[in-house]
Amino acid sequence: MTETSPAPVRDDPEGTPAAVPAIELAGVRKSFQAYGETVHAVRDIDLTVHEGEFFSLLGPSGCGKTTTMRMIAGFEDPTEGAVYLHGEDVTGVPANKRDVNMVFQSYALFPHMSVFDNVAFGLRRRGVDKAETRKRVGAMLEIVDLTGREKRRPSELSGGQQQRVALARALVNRPRALLLDEPLGALDLKLRQAMQVELKRIQREVGITFVYVTHDQGEALTMSDRIAVMNDGGIEQLDTPRAIYERPASRFVAGFIGTSNLITGQITAVGGDGAEIGYGEGRIVVPLNGASRAVGDTVELTVRPEKIVIGGERPDRGSYTSATVAEVVYLGTSTSYLVTTAAGDDVTVFVQNATNADDIAERGSRVWLSWEPRHSYAIGTA
Amino acid sequence: MRRLKGAVAPYLLILPGGLWLVVFFAVPLVYMASVSLMTGNLIDGFEQTWHWRNYTDGLDVYGDKFVRSLWYGLIATVACIALAYPAAYWIAFRAGRHKSTWLFMLLLPFFVSFVLRTIAWKLVLTDQGPVLGPLKSWHLLPKDFHVLDSGFAVVSGLTYNFLPFMVLPIYVALERVDHRVVEAAYDLYAGRFAAFRRVVLPLSLPGVFAGVIMTFVPVTSDYVNASVLGGPDNTMIGNVIQTEYFTNSEYATASALSFTLMALLLLGIFAYARALGTKDVLEAAGR
Ligand SMILES: Nc1ncnc2c1ncn2[C@@H]1O[C@H](COP(=O)(O)OP(=O)(O)OP(=O)(O)O)[C@@H](O)[C@H]1O
Ligand SMILES: [Mg+2]
Repeated sequence: MTETSPAPVRDDPEGTPAAVPAIELAGVRKSFQAYGETVHAVRDIDLTVHEGEFFSLLGPSGCGKTTTMRMIAGFEDPTEGAVYLHGEDVTGVPANKRDVNMVFQSYALFPHMSVFDNVAFGLRRRGVDKAETRKRVGAMLEIVDLTGREKRRPSELSGGQQQRVALARALVNRPRALLLDEPLGALDLKLRQAMQVELKRIQREVGITFVYVTHDQGEALTMSDRIAVMNDGGIEQLDTPRAIYERPASRFVAGFIGTSNLITGQITAVGGDGAEIGYGEGRIVVPLNGASRAVGDTVELTVRPEKIVIGGERPDRGSYTSATVAEVVYLGTSTSYLVTTAAGDDVTVFVQNATNADDIAERGSRVWLSWEPRHSYAIGTA
Repeated sequence: MRRLKGAVAPYLLILPGGLWLVVFFAVPLVYMASVSLMTGNLIDGFEQTWHWRNYTDGLDVYGDKFVRSLWYGLIATVACIALAYPAAYWIAFRAGRHKSTWLFMLLLPFFVSFVLRTIAWKLVLTDQGPVLGPLKSWHLLPKDFHVLDSGFAVVSGLTYNFLPFMVLPIYVALERVDHRVVEAAYDLYAGRFAAFRRVVLPLSLPGVFAGVIMTFVPVTSDYVNASVLGGPDNTMIGNVIQTEYFTNSEYATASALSFTLMALLLLGIFAYARALGTKDVLEAAGR
């Protein structure tokens, strides 16, 4: 990637899916028995990951991401359902017989081996000859920028370097898919961002399917071709980053993906391409995208904070409502306004600090919020 | 003033332990070293004559006892590893919630006096005891078969008595092996054996190393097992030292023998540490 300003959202045109998906989970469920109780870690997941895709599993802590990953890697057997790798049913096949490799949440490098031996481990187990091993390890260390550190022990490396060893150790085997469990979780913000770019570059260079686990929505949005948002063991939505960001399928997804404003109201009129909601002294129009809704139905809609405009005058078109500024937070490049609408919803508004923005509104002042109807989205009307 | 205090504090902290070591370890050691070069006897008294022959004579007369002690020590240590490793492995990885129970069971004999334990072992191995008795009455063994008063009896007693010193360090090392690292080995195409051979075993070698030092030294200088289980023909250097000191009152000879034994043990341990205690060995084991 030629890194110009990294776009917050990637949107790949629906790539032509390979005939056989790289990874397929069919009706997979996993329960654990812990202290006499049954924990449903994963409930009835169906998903397909295409060949060469950067696929992310995103969700809050404990939602079952690692468990899903471990079933793909072969460390856990599903309680129910089947796992397919490249069309082949591998349910019950042990990890060392699966052509996928995993980068562990904690790296799990071999502490008693040098960087070289760590990376060579998989090749040696498969009986690759010495010369070939040396060549491939050398080439891989070059890709992850660790040439010259072959003799070091993992404990003699920085966190970022250890991370890259873990990556090299898995990639050198040229697996057909690479599973990464929060590989950047232990790194500080700066290094994390650098490694995100790095990972993306490596993935493109080697062309391997990546399944990436994270609970950082920003990371998932910038890196993935598609994302599965998980909650409580199930998949809430599986789509491209843009679709997930702009058309969240549920209240949970809307809340989990970045800051999102949720506004609830009742439909007062339906017509044309949308519905009108009476909202305090304002008026809200929201597109229905072909979904059927009737007058009197309650709708939840989302508006992104950066799409809302703050003004002093009552607008006469689009969606608008009056509100009171509760808090003003200066964020450097932008200012965040926390406002309470006349109907009582709390709404966040981001304003870029490009112009003289500090006189837009003060704490406690009454303002008008407005946005274009096409920038709002009624949940569940994909 | 503050600075001075800061500089002095560490020395103050080691003062009690240091004093203890000087009074009860260093001083007697120097005294014994001096005795080892004296001549004389209990009645006429001992005199410092720098009699180095005490050392050469000791090696001449008791050389075979030294060799036997080192040999017994070696066999017992190896036997301890062979018994302790699987036990420690099983407790660390397979015993689940009952880890501490099993560990406690292994250490239970420790709560009984060392001598008493050895005598109990003698009762177990005696000619008509619970092991040999039934085997003989079923004609699985000849009537005159015996175990006691043999090198085998001594080594088995030593192995039994010092087993916990081997189990504990190995257990601690195995317990510390990160199971995610083992999973990583499986993920990288290692089967059960390769994962053990390349990852678990090398990571537990420091424990084996510590266990060897902790068993080999006391086993080699032990005299209780040889005197209770070995009979007159299997005495070890520890028995010689004990007899020279307490029975014959040959303090100079006893001291010289002790120092020779100490030197041999230190030499052995250093050679062993040089050969095995380096990180290169662990690294080679993982390759
Ligand atoms: N071996 C196990 N025994 C019992 N419960 C388990 C086991 N492994 C996972 N769980 C439970 O399954 C659920 C999902 O766990 P999982 O590790 O997949 O979460 P996660 O999404 O990876 O979370 P995080 O982001 O914190 O890593 C959790 O409630 C967890 O407590
Ligand atoms: Mg996890």
